[in-house]
Amino acid sequence: MIPPAFDYVRPAGVEEAVGALASGGEDAKVLAGGQSLLPLLRLRLAFPRLVVDVGRIPGLRGVREEGGTLVVGALTTHHDVVADPLVRRHAGLLAAATAKVADPAVRHRGTLGGSLAHADPAGDLPAVVLALEAELVAVGPHGRRSIPAREFFVDYLQTSLRPDELLVEIRLPKTDAADGWGFHYEKFSRVAQAWAMVGVAALVRRADGHIAEARIGLTNMGPTPVRATAVERALAGAGADGVARAAQSAAEGTRPSGDPSASPEYRAHLARVLTRRSVLAAAGMG
Amino acid sequence: MTEHITESEVGRSRPRKEDARLVTGQTNWTDNIGATGLLHLAILRSPMAHARIERVDVSAALEQPGVVAAFTGRDLAEGTGSLPCAWPVTEDIVLPDHPAVAVDEVRYAGDPVAVVVARDRYAAADALEAIEVDYTPLPPVLDLEDALTDNSPLVHEEHGTNRSYVWPMATGEDYGTVKGRADVVLTRRYVQQRLIPNAMEPRAVVVTPLDASGEYTVYSATQVPHVLRVMLSMVTGVPEHKLRVVAPDVGGGFGSKLQVYGEEVVALVVARRLGRPVKWTESRSEGHLATHHGRGQIQDIEIAATREGRLLGLKVDLLADMGAYLMLVTPGIPILGAFMYPAIYKMDAYEFRCTGVFTTRTPTDAYRGAGRPEATYAIERIMDELAVELGLDPVELRRRNWIGHEEFPYTSIAGLTYDSGNYEAATDKALALFGYDELRAEQAKRNESGDSVRLGIGVSIYTEMCGLAPSRVLRDLRYAAGGWEAAGIRMLPTGKVEVVTGTSPHGQGHETCWSQIAADVLGVPFEDIEVVHGDTRSAPQGMDTYGSRSLVVGGAAVHHAAEKVVGKARKVAAHLLEAAEQDLEFTHGVFSVKGSPEARRTIQEVAFETFSSHDLPDGMEPTINAEYLLDPENFSYPHGTHLCAVEVDTETGRTSIRSYVCVDDVGRVVNPMIVEGQVHGGLAQGIAQALYEEAVYDDEGNLVSGSLADYLVPSAPDLPEFTTGRTETPATSNPLGVKGVGEAGTIASTPAVVNAIVDALRPLGVRDVAMPCSPGRVWEALQSARTGEEAPSS
Repeated sequence: MIPPAFDYVRPAGVEEAVGALASGGEDAKVLAGGQSLLPLLRLRLAFPRLVVDVGRIPGLRGVREEGGTLVVGALTTHHDVVADPLVRRHAGLLAAATAKVADPAVRHRGTLGGSLAHADPAGDLPAVVLALEAELVAVGPHGRRSIPAREFFVDYLQTSLRPDELLVEIRLPKTDAADGWGFHYEKFSRVAQAWAMVGVAALVRRADGHIAEARIGLTNMGPTPVRATAVERALAGAGADGVARAAQSAAEGTRPSGDPSASPEYRAHLARVLTRRSVLAAAGMG
Repeated sequence: MTEHITESEVGRSRPRKEDARLVTGQTNWTDNIGATGLLHLAILRSPMAHARIERVDVSAALEQPGVVAAFTGRDLAEGTGSLPCAWPVTEDIVLPDHPAVAVDEVRYAGDPVAVVVARDRYAAADALEAIEVDYTPLPPVLDLEDALTDNSPLVHEEHGTNRSYVWPMATGEDYGTVKGRADVVLTRRYVQQRLIPNAMEPRAVVVTPLDASGEYTVYSATQVPHVLRVMLSMVTGVPEHKLRVVAPDVGGGFGSKLQVYGEEVVALVVARRLGRPVKWTESRSEGHLATHHGRGQIQDIEIAATREGRLLGLKVDLLADMGAYLMLVTPGIPILGAFMYPAIYKMDAYEFRCTGVFTTRTPTDAYRGAGRPEATYAIERIMDELAVELGLDPVELRRRNWIGHEEFPYTSIAGLTYDSGNYEAATDKALALFGYDELRAEQAKRNESGDSVRLGIGVSIYTEMCGLAPSRVLRDLRYAAGGWEAAGIRMLPTGKVEVVTGTSPHGQGHETCWSQIAADVLGVPFEDIEVVHGDTRSAPQGMDTYGSRSLVVGGAAVHHAAEKVVGKARKVAAHLLEAAEQDLEFTHGVFSVKGSPEARRTIQEVAFETFSSHDLPDGMEPTINAEYLLDPENFSYPHGTHLCAVEVDTETGRTSIRSYVCVDDVGRVVNPMIVEGQVHGGLAQGIAQALYEEAVYDDEGNLVSGSLADYLVPSAPDLPEFTTGRTETPATSNPLGVKGVGEAGTIASTPAVVNAIVDALRPLGVRDVAMPCSPGRVWEALQSARTGEEAPSS
């Protein structure tokens, strides 16, 4: 429970933070809300030489609108995401899923950007931004770049962020109920305060009593969050009776792991059951 | 004017005296204790389950900043004895040497290998990484049955076997003969998974070296300061009278702090060698490896009955996982269970055998219930199976076999004399609270409609043995110590009272309950009583707290001591009032002369008169203080009926507890609120075994569930509302009529939940689900029932 020794800096701005990260190279780690990094340090599973605490950098917290896009600052806490009226109106899936992250104490400290950058496949939010087709904006020594969510998650706990880049905001195309969007996050875990054994983020656009478009993000069905693309294809134009059939493909192309709570086969089975339930709930067909 | 109580304290839901300081953090946990020049210990632990230690080199650690000393197992072994086992259950038990820090071989992942002493915790933790150890891996021993085969690798090579002991018992008629006249014989195997106790406060120990009085003080988060003092003295050679052991406020134990741990020995040895105070505090993950585990048994159980559902005999064959070493009471835990398999039932024959098996895993020992939950699980599971086999309602089958309330006292087939009980009353009350018939009707409807969410109803009717223990019984069981408990009452000159107890609370509320008991006998206000405990200097005698013994033995001892005080005070009062003792009445703390109520003396006045001693009866010792050591004449036998309704989602395998009703009979109740809390906590722990908790090891013997992320301790949102009720059939073997409540919920709830799950899934072909009944396990059970449905039922 005692972390190894490390140096600590608390930059005042993004540029200074990027400079600190550049000087630390592979041995630097960003500290935001600390809900993932601190346990890793205390268990001596991570040994950074330098911890760059970005927690007090102004301007990285909060939610704003830019036309058809909702912009969430990377340091916005889970609690603030859940409570934010703009998020609720324009990205209801994110609000619903974030409400299921861990427990109130974690939600008051942990941040959206931190959770995404940590890229734990069992975390709830990576699959959600995948389904929302978010763009993740990073700042590095050579300026800003925007990374589509589908290119952000590379492997287990690995993203396409470079060591000297800082995630600053998450841009979400609006998915308003008024435009026919419905959503649901189905999280399955053994105890209330736990990572998802499997989670299914479902976002569907309804038209004429059918599903016009569906995007399904799967949590913990492989080393990265994945889209259930076969299900999405099969759902196009489907009614309630087509959902169960479509959900049968939920585990296609996934690589779930096994642990004492769940075998890969059981996870695949859960993905099918939970995808059906999540889509039906999202489409208001449940 | 002094106050006196006028209504009975026993039976009141007094808020707990100890809570203000515990809830506000104004208390002294062991880890809060500091001392000038305090040094910190950190322990390097084996990363593998089984290996020969070729070399341990601590020299680089000594170079680290802040490091004061470092020791290998060999360094510490000199002059230090083996960690003790106080319960060698058989004459020929294999009892291996158990060094506090491993010397030649590590035998479980987490076995200590070296110790660093540094000026702060951080320096100590960092320095561990500089210690070099060369291991030659040896094969792990993990499967209990394989461990007993001839070609198995050995945990303790020098003993030539992994069998620690075989403990047989056979009572009543010959089981084989009885089985021969049975219409139905059922055989089942149940597995008690290993559990990790997870007390809220991790372990910690502080030792201060010789002070001016030539005494070492050991502060430890322990349940057993008195036992620890004796054992530490024997292991380290520090004379007992030079050793003071203090258990400050202790945050839970569940049996895990009923132990003499290597870290306690090491802290004392290091403090003695360095002449400096030292502290060691366990982290949660370290605790998962290094604090003893509970359960860990394979149970083969066979039951023989008539077609009408009358039990004829029971046969139990246990394999009990000892882990790598025998700790304080390791071998005795399954033996406590031996007496509980026959439970509440009458039968003609009982045969029991337990084989203790060494494995390369963390040692097992007492965990809430200690042997009794395991026994109750097996008998109550197979009773449900028998009911199905006979086509009887599970409650009805139990009714046909239990001991009727008019039959008490009743000597069970296992030889225990159950002094009192009323299973009918508790069961009838529980069935009514539960709405048993309505739930059965709903279940039938759902089964018929093929609902994907099935309803199941589980029954568990239990008794247990508490109030450990009559010392002569312990002798017969080869337990090294006695089972008495001590109480002392000091009447202070100002009328206040100190109650000294040998029990050692760690969350139970002894300060409150012992005050209630003493207040009733002495007639002094609850607030005027202080309970002194947990320090061998101020409470020098005791056998400590475990096995639901504290109230039954220690609380009863307080009652007896208080009566002795009143007896002595009566002599003084009679003298002062110039009356004969037999002419005095004593009510609500006041002695008065029968017929002339104005002639009176309060017990507080008597206390002051005794203090001044100006006018005492001739020849009387100038004190009304009293001590009482109570050796119980019998165990106590709480019982109860637990009913659980679950909904099982057959698609995901998830179990949700829909309702849980229990009616427990723990005898007379001293503080109903505390009893309620004990029942709730017990239920949570028993349900946790059924649904959530398991210490999982991989094929190499590594503990996979090494943190609370993998070892699932349920919290409030994971548990249902509990409906609790009580019946009160007083125990006859103690003056308070109390029976103990610490383990009841844990013992009864596990089989109630699993019986409910199997009841829900039986129409789908499922006959058993291994614990913990995780959604994945339930799903797999459903899968194999679907594919293997043609398998013949035995």
